[in-house]
Amino acid sequence: MSERIREKLAILADAAKYDVSCSSSGSKRKNHNKGLGDASNGICHTYTEDGRCVSLLKILLTNFCIYDCAYCVTRKSNDIKRVAFTVQEVVDLTINFYRRNYIEGLFLSSGIFKNADYTMERLVQVAKKLRLEHKFNGYIHLKSIPGASDELMFEAGLYADRLSINIEMPTENGLKLLAPDKDRKDMIKPMNYLKDQIILHKDQKKLIKSTPIFAPAGQSTQMIIGATNETDQEIMLAADKFYKGFNLKRVYYSGFVPISNDKRLPVLGSNVPMLRENRLYQTDWLMRLYGFKVQELLNDQNPHLDLDIDPKLSWALRNLNQFPMDINRVDLQLILRVPGIGLQSARKIIEARKFQKLNWEHLKKIGIAVNRAKYFITCNSRSFESRDLSAMKIKQFILSGSSGKYIKNNPQQLNLF
Amino acid sequence: MIISSVIYDGSWTGLLSVVFEIYERKLDTVKIFRNTECQSFLFGETLTVISDETTALRVWKGLARKLSSSGVRNIYCCFLSELTGIEDSIVSYIQLVFSTKDSVEKAFTYSCVLRLNQVGKMVHREKHRMEAFVRFKLTRDYIYYAKIEPDFNVLPLILQHFKNRYADQKWIIYDLKRSYGLYYDLNVVEEITFDFHRSVSQNQNVFEESEITYQNLWKDYFKNINIPSRKNTALHIKHIPLRYWKHLIEK
Repeated sequence: MSERIREKLAILADAAKYDVSCSSSGSKRKNHNKGLGDASNGICHTYTEDGRCVSLLKILLTNFCIYDCAYCVTRKSNDIKRVAFTVQEVVDLTINFYRRNYIEGLFLSSGIFKNADYTMERLVQVAKKLRLEHKFNGYIHLKSIPGASDELMFEAGLYADRLSINIEMPTENGLKLLAPDKDRKDMIKPMNYLKDQIILHKDQKKLIKSTPIFAPAGQSTQMIIGATNETDQEIMLAADKFYKGFNLKRVYYSGFVPISNDKRLPVLGSNVPMLRENRLYQTDWLMRLYGFKVQELLNDQNPHLDLDIDPKLSWALRNLNQFPMDINRVDLQLILRVPGIGLQSARKIIEARKFQKLNWEHLKKIGIAVNRAKYFITCNSRSFESRDLSAMKIKQFILSGSSGKYIKNNPQQLNLF
Repeated sequence: MIISSVIYDGSWTGLLSVVFEIYERKLDTVKIFRNTECQSFLFGETLTVISDETTALRVWKGLARKLSSSGVRNIYCCFLSELTGIEDSIVSYIQLVFSTKDSVEKAFTYSCVLRLNQVGKMVHREKHRMEAFVRFKLTRDYIYYAKIEPDFNVLPLILQHFKNRYADQKWIIYDLKRSYGLYYDLNVVEEITFDFHRSVSQNQNVFEESEITYQNLWKDYFKNINIPSRKNTALHIKHIPLRYWKHLIEK
């Protein structure tokens, strides 16, 4: 019996690993019933050898699938072993892993068997059983199945903390090319329904305390990067649209891992675009937390992100007229725009300068990357960058003094000017 | 002779009593040592402070008036770091707090403020790691048992987290380095110091039958979610430093 489960787990975990999201934070589910678990803060319980966090038991319910999406390992035409968990098996695994403190909860996705509703119903059953029969208050992330009915999505929202639906390709053309049987509209519909329900429940909860929590950790989505030839600009504009239009908590970017000899896709053995993925995430952060607009970072003149430097630095180099800033005077929003200063340091600077004007020594101790920031700021010190350096020169200085990701990942491409 | 160093028993109450004594006797700069630390090199007069609940409480209340709750908690976290010399930083911080009218919690240009902020962060990181890296094993008498060897003394900090989370199961978390643990009996959490772990680790029969199955399932899961073409050992080690591997089932 346990051998059979082990085999299923191996296959269905392997098939689920291309889903990037592993977040387990953002929910406020408390252990109020003396049950099992609470989902108050996110914890990464371990990390895989590729350096990704493992927070949830991330599995497919089954890898049977009626679709034939070129980028997916479980596509219909792929000759692989097909298996399926029963609802009870998933419940047992989740509970037993959770009790041993291996995981924060469950991320359940599935291949689509029979039809959308049939599949969604099984996913909801697992969540319902965990919540009602096992008093499980851990984190549950369910995949919304494109085309599932509103009734099922409603039920899913009652039991899950987060729901997600992958838009797969940044553009509709990309989707048509690689997943001809899928339709963007089927993905948008449940996303829209959930957005409205989440807002509705939140508003109601303000008035009526007994309103049940509904998908408290919101919705997220994911797109595959580098399978088709979208520009970074197209990708981030799509992400921006989803953040704004559907109140998404997160958009994930998944560098395409070549898995087949399909002519439409990058050939087997080609590199996973990890650095590009990293730059996209940096851009995502700048948009969500640093107050940048997409158009500032990516536009028709600059449709792609620089790989050799981070997007904030490349923005700064294009906008040298906005610098240098006096670190002891400008407000938080502007400090956040200085290369080499992150969210935490920016806040610390704001606090610390109330007591004393800051000099380089202070800034270094607070933890900013002075080697990058020094070209863009002045502080309470006589020494500052007084030469009128060109953007090219600054970039050269910064790159020569760093051992960044670009250099590590592209030893052959190291060719400065 | 002028008192230049103070010795205390290493307890939290003890340290607060030291602070009280420093004010009471109007001591100038002193170095503070735990009675377990080596003190043979000491010069000058030494004062041994005995833990006193009443004076400690007075200092504690005084701090609570001057600092935010997270600020007070941070001092305690720094104490739990057990780092050599941390007491000196704590005392200069407390002196700074009492000597200024405005809140100095965020005055990072003072070295003791920055130091306490940084050490507090280190301790907090260790606490968070323990919340992540504790691995329970189910014993035959249905107690979930885990052993840890944290860098800092974080058991007092993780107590509430595990009590909230595992409200319906009995559990023990045992700190091998400091030879004490926490035991939750479905109602309250108690501190335990007996040599429970030895009897557990020497006798393979103490674990429930299904325990090995779930350990294997977890190992399988861990192996299968890795994407080999994205291998990044440096990042992996950065997230799980080698010293934690010993108690991780999947490693």
